[in-house]
This record gives sequence, structure tokens and C-alpha cells, in this order.
Amino acid sequence: MSRTSIPIVVRIQTDDFESGAEIAALTDGRTDIGAVVSFTGLCRDDGEILKSLELEHYPGMAEAQIRQIAEEAATRWPLHGLLAIHRYGHIAPGEQIVLVAATSSHRQAAFDGANFLMDYLKTEAPFWKKEHLKDGSSGEWVSAKDSDDQARKRWEKG
Amino acid sequence: MVKLVYFAWVRERLGKSSEEIELPAETKTVSDLLSHLAGRGEAYAELMEHRNAIRVAIDQEHADHDEPIGQASEIALFPPMTGG
Repeated sequence: MSRTSIPIVVRIQTDDFESGAEIAALTDGRTDIGAVVSFTGLCRDDGEILKSLELEHYPGMAEAQIRQIAEEAATRWPLHGLLAIHRYGHIAPGEQIVLVAATSSHRQAAFDGANFLMDYLKTEAPFWKKEHLKDGSSGEWVSAKDSDDQARKRWEKG
Repeated sequence: MVKLVYFAWVRERLGKSSEEIELPAETKTVSDLLSHLAGRGEAYAELMEHRNAIRVAIDQEHADHDEPIGQASEIALFPPMTGG
């Protein structure tokens, strides 16, 4: 895969992030960017039973895998920059888990780039979620969804 | 010697996050490795009942079960990813 020259920022961290500041940094000093598309994933609790999600990752591979996905996105669309921040550790309902952003001259490439990066991140980046419940019990490991695999497959070149 | 690293429920079922083992010469592919591990004790044998659900990375690159191990230094075993 050829290396692209666009800035690609990948961070795996326990700390929370400030979406506004992160997105502002992508466009700071730039006059060629016409579109920024970002996605923020939050910890959801459908039944009010969840105390936290524990996010586990494979250090090293997680960063490398996301960077590889971002490099691929940059070969497919005319992007100016890509950003992915993914947290690990214990994350409470309502807190942020992941931020993905793509910048481009025009909106369609930015939408597609962010969408692609997110779909591949969910199915290819080595992260796992375990539920911890309010009643003190340790819940289940979250199962991978077929719908996530389907979402990824629509980007495959035929 | 190859370093094996385990994540999520693979790690929990084995009760360890990594180990170094010597592989027999006839262990050529990922599938051979999983079969070899199944013979290492009860926890491994029970884990390998779910072997089709286990994903593998060789030196931090995803690998299918039929792929050769080659001169891998680190092989990771883990469930399907659920990030994002």
C-alpha cells in the first residue's frame, strides 16, 4: 500500500477527549478544507443496568491497524486529513468512546472517508468490550454483530 | 520459541495474558497451532471448542486459520473485535 502524505492522527488513550478542540485542530490554518465530517461514539445503556463498559485493546496493533485503515481511506477518496481517537479502560454510560473525523475539499469524500474508517475500525481494530453491571456482577463480553460485518462488506471492491 | 498473547474471553478462559512456548516442527499453520494448543490441558481444550470464533494475528497482522505461521515471533488469539 502506498503511503499518503495527508496527516493521519491516531490516538489510543484512557483519558476523555474534547471533540470540538480536536476537530478545530484539523482545520486550523487551512483554507483548502471545505468539509469536516466527524462521528462520536458514546457508551450506551439500553436497560439502565450498565455500570460501565470495559474496553480492552491490543497495544501496538490497535494503533497500527487503524492507521492502515486510514491509509486505505486516503487512497480511495481525496481527503485532506483523518483523525481517530479511541479510549480504553472503564467507560460509563453517556461517556465518549471513539471520535473519527475526515476532512476534504467537498462533503461527499469527507462523509465517505469517515464512514469507511468507522466501519473498518469496528470490525478490524483489536478492541473488545465487556459489560460491568450496576448490581456488581460482571456481565458478558459484547458479541460482534453481523450488521457490523455487513456494513464493512459494502466497501469491498468487487 | 514463540510468544502467544491472549485477549478478552480467550485471556479469561486461559487465566493468562501471554506465554512463550516451543512449537513442534510439524506446526505449520494457524490451524495446526490451535490443534496443538488444544492438547495443552483442560482450559485449552475447552477454549478450542470455540476455535472457529477465535481470530488470530501473526506479528500484529490479521491471519486466517489456513495461513502459515512462518517465523512469527508473536501470535495473538482473541475473539471477534467489538470496538467503536
